[in-house]
Amino acid sequence: MTATLAGLTETPPEKRRSQLATRRRSQRAFRWVVVAVVLLFFAIPILSLLDSSSRLRGGGREWSAWDPILQVATSSDPSSRLIRDGLVNSLLLVAATLVLMLLLLIPTMIWIRLRAPYLRRIMEFVCLLPLTIPAIVLVVGLGPVYRRVADLLGTGAVWLCFIYAILVLPFAYRALDAGLDGIEVRTLSEAARSLGAGWGTVMFRIVLPNIRSAVISASFISLALVLGEYTVASLLARRNLQTAIFLVGQNNVKTASAMALVALALGFVLLLLLSLVSSRTSRKATS
Amino acid sequence: MTARTSAGIVADTGSTRSDTSTQGVTVELAGLRRSFGSVHALDGMQLAMSPGELVVLLGPSGCGKTTALRVLAGLEEADEGRVVVDGRDITHVPTNKRDMGMVFQAYSLFPHMTARENVEFGLRLRGIDGAARKRRAGENLELVGLAAQADRYAHQMSGGQQQRVALARALAIQPQVLLLDEPLSALDAKVRVQLRDEIRRIQLEVGITTLFVTHDQEEALAVADRVGVMREGKIEQIAAPDEIYNRPTTRFVAEFIGSTNRLAGTSSGAVADVLGSRVPLLPGAPASGPVMVLVRPEAVRITMGADGPGAATVVSTSFLGAHGRVQVRLRDDTLVLAQLSAPEVSALSAGDQVTVVVQPTEALATAVD
Repeated sequence: MTATLAGLTETPPEKRRSQLATRRRSQRAFRWVVVAVVLLFFAIPILSLLDSSSRLRGGGREWSAWDPILQVATSSDPSSRLIRDGLVNSLLLVAATLVLMLLLLIPTMIWIRLRAPYLRRIMEFVCLLPLTIPAIVLVVGLGPVYRRVADLLGTGAVWLCFIYAILVLPFAYRALDAGLDGIEVRTLSEAARSLGAGWGTVMFRIVLPNIRSAVISASFISLALVLGEYTVASLLARRNLQTAIFLVGQNNVKTASAMALVALALGFVLLLLLSLVSSRTSRKATS
Repeated sequence: MTARTSAGIVADTGSTRSDTSTQGVTVELAGLRRSFGSVHALDGMQLAMSPGELVVLLGPSGCGKTTALRVLAGLEEADEGRVVVDGRDITHVPTNKRDMGMVFQAYSLFPHMTARENVEFGLRLRGIDGAARKRRAGENLELVGLAAQADRYAHQMSGGQQQRVALARALAIQPQVLLLDEPLSALDAKVRVQLRDEIRRIQLEVGITTLFVTHDQEEALAVADRVGVMREGKIEQIAAPDEIYNRPTTRFVAEFIGSTNRLAGTSSGAVADVLGSRVPLLPGAPASGPVMVLVRPEAVRITMGADGPGAATVVSTSFLGAHGRVQVRLRDDTLVLAQLSAPEVSALSAGDQVTVVVQPTEALATAVD
């Protein structure tokens, strides 16, 4: 200890350095502990699925439960057909829901910001409503609508996109709203209009490029929600990936476990692809 | 060489004429009315601009100056009245077909484009080919002194630079009219003065008819050919800056532009007796009797020693560089502000007994409240 002019004591520099190094080491260790706990949180269920898809009752491993999945494209096995139908339907639903959600939300939100800001709170309220309504209530309410949809468009699972677009509204709205908050929509569009741009140009060449990351976020959330949706499809007796997994599980629990694992991986791959596409387009925009 | 684009705008294809000059046009706003609920932002506003003229609309917040500019730009629809540019009624023409360049108060550069791409944007919409587009964008960036920053994005530029690029972008399309909506208000004082002078230089060089909206009277007086002082949706007076300052026609204009002393006097038609001095009055003064005379601080002189009706006590002094201001209190408690040279101000201090003398420069007189 050394005395200071004010009569106070001060830690010598060497000791202070060693205290700092100790603190940094413990912070680093804590970070790794947090990362390990999070990884375990995700890894344990995934590894358990892998385990239960291959474990034999008397011990040992057997991978035949994966056959309907590995031969999904060619096999005529009932499980393979179920999975194939469910997977195709879910991928179509993802695409249709994303398109519908983006077409519905982006122009409306921009229009409200430009022309009717007083409607913003109402729009927010309407978009957040699906969060408070249980899926079963939605289905009961939309049942008659879907009977009409079936008459007009058929009973294809892809028409679930209408109800899925409603289900993803709260999450997509939040993401897009944050993106639009980050730019001066009114000023930018007025500037573009004064330079001769029509509304289409304003939308596609001015606003959209500036909310790209918000659109990608909204798409991420919607994709994850659609791929994991079971209740509505089941109650409306439509086949998607989750109902297919359930049906397969009725006869073969191991294949259902394997399929659940594949569904997780599929979601991960699609999110990764979206992320790659978004980073490539944003690099192109800034290069 | 011109071509009509898909947007319906007549565009120069950029091959023959000078790419930074334009032909000024006449602008007429006739009887414009615009209400927002019970608020009348424009109440029968009239304005006629000559080709190549720079008119500044000046007024307090809510007087309707920005609404007038937005109606001219087509960003607001007028409830009544006409907008005529170069003899053509464009009242109902949409914004994107009006052929006007606009610089906004908020930074309005497209964030995902470089300065050059921003300037090229309007040219691209007019179908101008790549080489001509690039050349004209370069010339306009050169005009605003930012050729070296052409590849920078908005977030890599200062506020002043962004507004210069916005100006280059507005001018690049060679619009009929340039609209400036408080373009300097977000900038710091020094940059504001620099850019203000630059805007005037460029406007004179390009020769474009320009409507400039501001609430900063110094800015207005510095750049305008004519200043229109607005109040409650109408232009109260429009005239050259020196006339607006020296010969205001209403009390509102006199008090809004610069500082004004309100001194009691007695009118005898063309002249009033104010604190023992004879002050010539501007036309429109009450024919006789007691009046309030609006006297500029620079028309007030101070002499040492309290004597006569102008006897007063110095309340405070302030040094402002080349000149200074002195506030004195008359015996009837009226406060009077005088603008004097720096040495004159230095010779005075609070509590000094002095005499106020009003110089015989024309002043506005109004009836006593």
